[in-house]
Amino acid sequence: MKRALAIMVGAALILLLATLTLVVMPYLQMSAEQVPPDLKPYTEQQQRGRQVYIANGCVYCHSQQPRDPSFAPGDKARGWGRPSVPGDYAYDEPHLLGTMRTGPDLFNIGARQPSIDWQLMHLYNPRAIIKGSIMPSYPFLFRHVNEPAEGDKVVNIPPPYGPETGKIVATEDALALAEYMLALDHTYPAPTLPKAQPKSDEPKENRAP
Amino acid sequence: MTPTIAILLIITFVLSTVGLLLLIWSIANNQFSHGQAAARTIFSPGEEGHSEDPARPSDPTFTGNTSEQAAAIEARWTADQSSRTAVLTWLSSSVFWLLLGSFFGLASSMKMHLPDFLTASEFLTFGRIRPVHLNAVTYGWASMAGIGVALFLIPRLFKTSLAGGKYAVLGGFIWNIGLVLGLSAITLGLSDGEEWLEFPWQIDILFVIGGALCAIPLLLTAANRKVEHLYVTSWYLMAALVWFPFLFLIANLPFAFPGASGATVNWWFAHNVLGLWVTPIGIGIAYYMIPKILGKPIISYQLSLIGFWSLALFYSQVGIHHLIGGPIPTWLVTLSIVHSVMMSIPVITVAINHHGTMMGSFGRLKDSPTLRFVWIGALMYTVASLQGSMEALRSINVITHFTHYTVAHAHLGMYAFLSFILFGAVYFIMPRLTNWEWPWRKLISLHFWLVSIGILIYVVSLTIAGWKQGVALLDAAMPFMDIVKMTLPALQARTVGGALMTLGHLVFAFHFIAMLMRSGAATEQPTLFRPATKENAQ
Ligand code: HEM
Ligand code: HEM
Repeated sequence: MKRALAIMVGAALILLLATLTLVVMPYLQMSAEQVPPDLKPYTEQQQRGRQVYIANGCVYCHSQQPRDPSFAPGDKARGWGRPSVPGDYAYDEPHLLGTMRTGPDLFNIGARQPSIDWQLMHLYNPRAIIKGSIMPSYPFLFRHVNEPAEGDKVVNIPPPYGPETGKIVATEDALALAEYMLALDHTYPAPTLPKAQPKSDEPKENRAP
Repeated sequence: MTPTIAILLIITFVLSTVGLLLLIWSIANNQFSHGQAAARTIFSPGEEGHSEDPARPSDPTFTGNTSEQAAAIEARWTADQSSRTAVLTWLSSSVFWLLLGSFFGLASSMKMHLPDFLTASEFLTFGRIRPVHLNAVTYGWASMAGIGVALFLIPRLFKTSLAGGKYAVLGGFIWNIGLVLGLSAITLGLSDGEEWLEFPWQIDILFVIGGALCAIPLLLTAANRKVEHLYVTSWYLMAALVWFPFLFLIANLPFAFPGASGATVNWWFAHNVLGLWVTPIGIGIAYYMIPKILGKPIISYQLSLIGFWSLALFYSQVGIHHLIGGPIPTWLVTLSIVHSVMMSIPVITVAINHHGTMMGSFGRLKDSPTLRFVWIGALMYTVASLQGSMEALRSINVITHFTHYTVAHAHLGMYAFLSFILFGAVYFIMPRLTNWEWPWRKLISLHFWLVSIGILIYVVSLTIAGWKQGVALLDAAMPFMDIVKMTLPALQARTVGGALMTLGHLVFAFHFIAMLMRSGAATEQPTLFRPATKENAQ
């Protein structure tokens, strides 16, 4: 029993050491990081949209973390934005960094596609806007009505993607998600970019076509 | 990087290295009194040189030449029977979750090239069935089968009956309830939102309780053990069962880690589930099965201990290689990359032992289902790990990070390594628990070929496409949609490979149920791939 216990205690101690280096130290360092002054907290609606993003697993195809152009030049050149810093995520709970780019990075989608109508149409059926897109459509975020009621947000879907009769209107969830997309705009300068980063000679606005 | 952190970093790295050197020194000086003798503890007296599974008619299963030897074999049979209910509970559940997980995997795969397939219902959207797939195969199939096999091996390794088996049965029930609730929560859109940690934390408590209930029989049986040496398999199993509850608890602490530091905890956890949970279980099983089937001890017991402790030291710190290029302090990423590369030490020591023990016995792969599955699994462990060490280098990761290449690597590890070893172990264990041989030799063959060809198509197509995708993503001159189109054929090929794997799982599950019901004709001979004599052919 003594030897068995020694192995188990040894194993636990090693994991404790790793927890210190990989959990505690980064936490201490990153929570002391400065929050960029231009970063706005999410509104209630945007926060709700964020929950819709989580519930429907957008994170499995989309990242929110452009890399440094000196490391991975494609990210910035595609208009995904400057490299992100820990402070940019101050209001993100849980984080949604993502590790897959089946679809493009969304860190600055609000700057790249600032129209709510574009966002809603794209959610209803991505192929209505982008030929050949493999993103799923989200018809369950919309309602199909004959006559939109007062205050309904009507989404005009180009044929043949829309219904033959009646109108498509956005649900609260769809509106919240679209608002969250628009909130993903991190074009402000980051105060704590790594020093090696050339900051001055790049135009601040770097929007995608 | 602040100077204090640099100093701490250097200290931890030096600590890891010094720990390893100390271990090598102490082994070289024989501070651990057990050498090869410990490697022989898995055999009962006089059994060495005899294969336990399978036996050929010319080399029958060892039943003991003297009364003492026969008594030892008898005792092992009793030990096997003692764990029966507990092992069957965990294994049967795992087979169910494998089937469920496969169907969700296949549907996820189809949705990636048929984006309008099953989109009407929110419950079947890609972003929900994909995490259901991951959680069902990780916590349902891999973890439950791993625990089931561990429960079978513990009494054998300690040469005593399983004590407290009923706690493990209860644990199995609680674990299953956790899975049902957790997967339903994801389907209903109540995910916690972090990869590998999607289950709401309230439900995670069930897994901690279920896992802890399995630790009770482990401790009780260890206390009763009748062997002096602890064979290396028990090191891996004990450590894994200590690590998992600890990891799962910390990573699920609600709301403790916001923002970017949440990402480091997320990936610290996710890689530890791979490195400190499923990997030690897989390696530990291979360390038992390969020598047992060949009837000869592993070639170097000392090396196996270096392999164990270096795995613990290095694997526990590699998690941040999932965030290379992300908004994470550079020192942290570098620390994980260095340890990822250092991982080649345990990987190579394990490879020497697994494959070195096989030397001269490769012919046995032709007939033994267990050996074939387990050894191919062990080989894929070597391949996936060396691939992983490369993939962690900045120059490679910048290409592969956000692509299907990672998915191919994930299945090479979780499937071609781990699942293959688990399949092999199930083929070994079931006849000993049910006192019945596998009824249909051809079904084992069919299972083997379906899953082997399936995973080959899966890994090869996504590895190539993922690499091309990664190279193209770095060059903004190639429009994003062109890259998507480029990867489509590989995504379709994945569906073909995945369909073959799912079919293989159906065959496996059918055969497993037949075993539970003791279908087919009673035979005295183990079921081999090749019938040794005509009468055995079925
Ligand atoms: C020395 C051993 C290994 C190293 C250094 C290693 C390294 C890596 C790296 C660098 C990634 C890619 C992270 C990214 O770019 O996003 C990765 C992903 C992954 N690896 Fe390994 N790997 C090793 C062995 C294994 C083994 C044995 C398994 C299976 C049991 C495994 C399972 C996975 C999985 C499932 C992922 C995907 C995680 C996700 O994105 O959800 N790896 N590994
Ligand atoms: C039956 C055939 C299977 C098919 C068709 C399949 C398909 C898939 C698909 C489509 C994904 C999502 C990839 C993405 O999001 O880009 C995935 C992810 C994953 N699957 Fe499977 N899978 C199968 C079996 C398994 C098994 C048996 C295991 C584990 C034992 C497994 C472990 C994983 C893991 C760990 C991931 C996450 C990978 C990552 O995040 O990089 N899969 N699988």
